[in-house]
This record gives sequence, C-alpha cells and structure tokens, in this order.
Amino acid sequence: MSQAQEVEIKAVKREPRFRSFLKELSKNKVAFIALIFLVLIHVVVFLGPFIWTVNPDSTDPRNALASWSLEHPLGTDDLGRDVFSRMLAGGQITLLVGFASMVFTVIVGGLIGAIAGYFGGWIDTILMRFTEAMLSVPNFFLVLVALTVLGKSPFMVIIVIALTSWMEIARVIYGETLRWKESEFVEASASMGSSSIRTLLKHVVPQIIPSVIVSSTLGIAWAILSESAISYLGLGIQPPTATWGNMLQNAQQYIWTEPILGILPGVAITLVVLAYNFLGDGLRDILDPKYQKK
Amino acid sequence: MLQFAIKRLWQSIILLFIVTAITFFLMNLAPGGPSSMMRMDATEAEREAIAEQLGLNDHVVVRYGHWVANAFQGDLGVSFSTGQPVMDRIAERFPYTLKLGLWTILFSVIIGIVVGIISAKNRNTWKDHLINFGSVIGLSVPSFWLGIMMILLFSVTLGWLPSSGVGGDTLFESFSRYIMPVVILSTATLPTIVRFTRSSMLEVISQNYIRTSRAKGLKEKTVVYSHALRNALIPVISIIGVLIPRMLSGTVIVESVFGWPGMGRLIVEAAQARDYNLVMGVTVIVTAMVILSNFIVDIVYSKVDPRVKNIGN
Repeated sequence: MSQAQEVEIKAVKREPRFRSFLKELSKNKVAFIALIFLVLIHVVVFLGPFIWTVNPDSTDPRNALASWSLEHPLGTDDLGRDVFSRMLAGGQITLLVGFASMVFTVIVGGLIGAIAGYFGGWIDTILMRFTEAMLSVPNFFLVLVALTVLGKSPFMVIIVIALTSWMEIARVIYGETLRWKESEFVEASASMGSSSIRTLLKHVVPQIIPSVIVSSTLGIAWAILSESAISYLGLGIQPPTATWGNMLQNAQQYIWTEPILGILPGVAITLVVLAYNFLGDGLRDILDPKYQKK
Repeated sequence: MLQFAIKRLWQSIILLFIVTAITFFLMNLAPGGPSSMMRMDATEAEREAIAEQLGLNDHVVVRYGHWVANAFQGDLGVSFSTGQPVMDRIAERFPYTLKLGLWTILFSVIIGIVVGIISAKNRNTWKDHLINFGSVIGLSVPSFWLGIMMILLFSVTLGWLPSSGVGGDTLFESFSRYIMPVVILSTATLPTIVRFTRSSMLEVISQNYIRTSRAKGLKEKTVVYSHALRNALIPVISIIGVLIPRMLSGTVIVESVFGWPGMGRLIVEAAQARDYNLVMGVTVIVTAMVILSNFIVDIVYSKVDPRVKNIGN
C-alpha cells in the first residue's frame, strides 16, 4: 500500500468519526448535559478561587458555624472557615485525586490486560487468573488495611485506589486486544515486517482507545466515590487540606445542628459522580458498537 | 461435576493464598511494622521478649508459613488487643454480617428482577428511562452520605426508624433496624441486577420460541412470565456471585454508619488497633464467605440451566 493511499484511508475512516462525535453526543441529551455540567464544575472549581479569593484555611473561631451572609455565601464551618472557598479548594483535590487514580488504574489495568491478551499462553493464564482472583476480593477490606498501615498521603490514596480497582479495565483491554490481534490489518502489518511493539502501538492500541475512554470516564466516578468513602473512615487525605470527602467526615459531628455542612459536599460528590457515570454510559453508546442499543 | 468441583477448589485455595499473602506482607513490611503495636513505654528488654514470644524475630516469609500452617488447623491465633482467640472474636461478629448480607441479597434480587422486567417491557419509554436514571443515581451516591441523610430524615426528623444498633424487644423493632442498612447496601447491588435482568429479558424476548408462543395466541402475561422470564433469569443468577464481594466491601461503610457489630466494623477496629492476627482472621473469613457463596451460586446455576452441566471442561 502506498503512503498516499494509507493517508487517504485514514482520512476517510477517521474524520467523520471525530467531526460527528459531538453531534452524536448531543443526541444523547443526558450525556450531553452531563458533559456540559462537568465542564462547568471544573471551570468553577479551578478558576473560581481566582475570583473568590477568601483563604479556605483561615480560621475565625468567633464566627464559627455562621449561616450564609454576603461575606460567606455558604456560611462557615466549625472553625469559622469559609465554606464556599473550601468547597472550591476541596473540589480541586477531589477532582484531581479522581483523575490521578483513574490514570494509574488505566495504566495498571491496561498493561496487564494488553500483555495478557497480546502474548497469550502462560502469561495470559497467570495474569488473568490473578485478575479474576482480585475481582472476587472484597477490596475495601484491603484498602482499609493498606491505608491504615501505609499512611494517608494523597499519593498513597491514589495508589491504593488504583491497585484495588484496575481489574475491570484489565478485562476490557484484554478482550479488546484478543479481538484485534487476530484482525486482518494487524496480520498485514506484522507480515510487512513491523515489530510486535510497533504493531501493538500503531494498530492495536488505536482500536482500543474508545473502550479505554469509556472505562476511564466510569473509573473517575468510581475513584471519587472511593476517595470519599476512605475519607469517611478518616483514612483519606488529612485536614486542613480540604476534600469533599473529608469535609463530609468533619461535618458529621455537626450534622444534627448544621445539616447544610454535610449536605453540600455530599450533593457535590453525587452530582459529579452522576455526571461522569452518565457521560460514560453515553460515550459507550457512541464509541462502542457492541453496546449500542438494539 | 466432580471435575468442576476440583477445579473450583483449586481456584479457591489460590485465591485464599493471594489475599492472605497480600494482607500479611502489607502489614509486616509497612513502616512501623509489628513492633508498633507494643506499648510506648515498653523497655528494650520487654520489646525483645514480646517479639520473641510472638515470633517476630523470624523472617517474614517464615512467619507467613507459620501462620498458614496454623490456619490450616483452624487456629487463627490470639487477638493482640483483647487476648481472646481470633476465632471467638469473629464468631461474635460473623452472624450479624451474614444476616445483613442475606437480607440485602434477597431484597435486591426480588426488587431488582421485578424492576428489571418492568424496564424491559417498557423499553425506551419514560418508565424505562426513569428506572435507568434511578439505577445510575443509586450507583453514584456515596453510601455513607446516603446513610447519614437517611438517619437525618427517618430517625431524627420523622422518628420512624432507629438510627443504629441491632436487636430489640419486639420482632418489629429488630426488623426495623435492618431497613436502612439493607437499603443502602442494596445501592451497590440493585442497579446491576436491574440492568442485567433488563438486557437478559430483551435478549430472550427476541428469540424464536417467544415469537412462536405469541403466534400460538398465548396471553402476553403467559409469554412473559412463564416462557421468557424462566430463561432470562439464568444469567441473573450468575451475576449474584459477582455482586457478593462488592456488597461485602459495602459492609465496612454501612456497619460503621449504623453501629452494626459485624465483620466490616471489626476490620476497621482491627486495623486501627494494628491487631495483625485479627486483621488476617477477618480477611480470611470474608474471603471464604465469597468463595462459599460463589460456589453456591455455581451449583444453583448448573441446576437451573442444563446447558452448563459440563462447566468444568
């Protein structure tokens, strides 16, 4: 195949996909609203502190547990800290931890799945048996033990979430790798003398990307939920650094008198996780033909 | 069947090894290590004596070997924090988690199948969309937050349900304590069962024998409930096995929120006290629970579906 032809085929195959992507997504109203909501929440959380410049960590005990006012639009917490600026700062950490955990999850799961699928044989057997075993472990028990003995830094939280939730992605990637490695264009590439690494990266990986996007979108949702659950048990990222999870944990003791302190971060977590889940479902309908609605 | 049982046994043993090894090495190789469980004011000599007594001077692999050998004889050691045998401490807590788990499975299977059928029968109508929306919400709410909110509403504001603890003077009282924990644990399992039932029903409904029974003029109810449902439920049984570990993970949170004296709370207490034997014991028993329940699910599955008799081959 000449280079010109190759370019042409690429153009025919790829351009409509990306051009129509947003159009297709906008047809799925729920997923489209979820995407817009997520963009908005990221803008507010990451750019908001430039406009709302109140320090989220500065305490004011005389003004503790105040209700909303012009000075503190969402009131203050038990140490008199501004709840609005803590929601913004906490949102940054929560979203970043969710994203970072997802990246590590995809790396671990992707490597295990792709290696098992591509090389087959005993490597496949060992890795996939291990994956199955890990899937049947109630992994929150492991998370708990790991964070208790290893410490509670943000990095540890990210690593522990990734190391206990990579299995689903590994199975997806494994299935996809098996499916594509037998395909004609991969065979053609190999028969033209491409190394197996080149074939894997150039031809197999691009086919897998849609599934990876779907899994990672759902993975962020899972990671944010896990972070909040870990924080609830006091094993997550430690105060004074705010996250939505540890704000909830802190609010628990005031829940009967100041329920708003507990309601706000909970609603924020739920909405973001919900949006990621809806977006993930919507993306799956568009990107993954296997799951398309009949 | 025998071949299948042997294969399953092998897998179970490997699983137990993986889980216990990860937990054991995690705890023993962590900074602080086992010596951190000793009293702060212990003298050097006391530390030595305790370390010697607990066998902490041996290499970690040797210690793991000892632990496995003892565990095989049913001896999980002594809980450091109370001095009771680990088995006794677990036996106290185990029934509570078992009961909670069984009620949750029962609740989510019944409601899940009913809702899944409604969803499939009304495919792509507002009912279907609403059910799907509800399922995603269930999967997206942090369970402890939902728990706290439910306590706020049903216990504090309305005063309908007790907020924590187990048991009660009347049957109704002890039953009412299950309601909130079971509902919250179900948010992890119910949506999956609904989705599975829905897609399984949709697949079965498009089969030829369903078309035949419709063509014969059977009533829609007969077609759906006695022809389609029976076959649609088979894959739903298999998903229960997958959901059990997820549900057990959920007990860690739910038992903490509702003061439920089960295994989930016990692992939190054990980890915080660095009670290594107890952590190992709970991990083993919980893993064994998963293995056993998966085994039961497989047996039911092969009984219900004659096609999977040769599952082991």
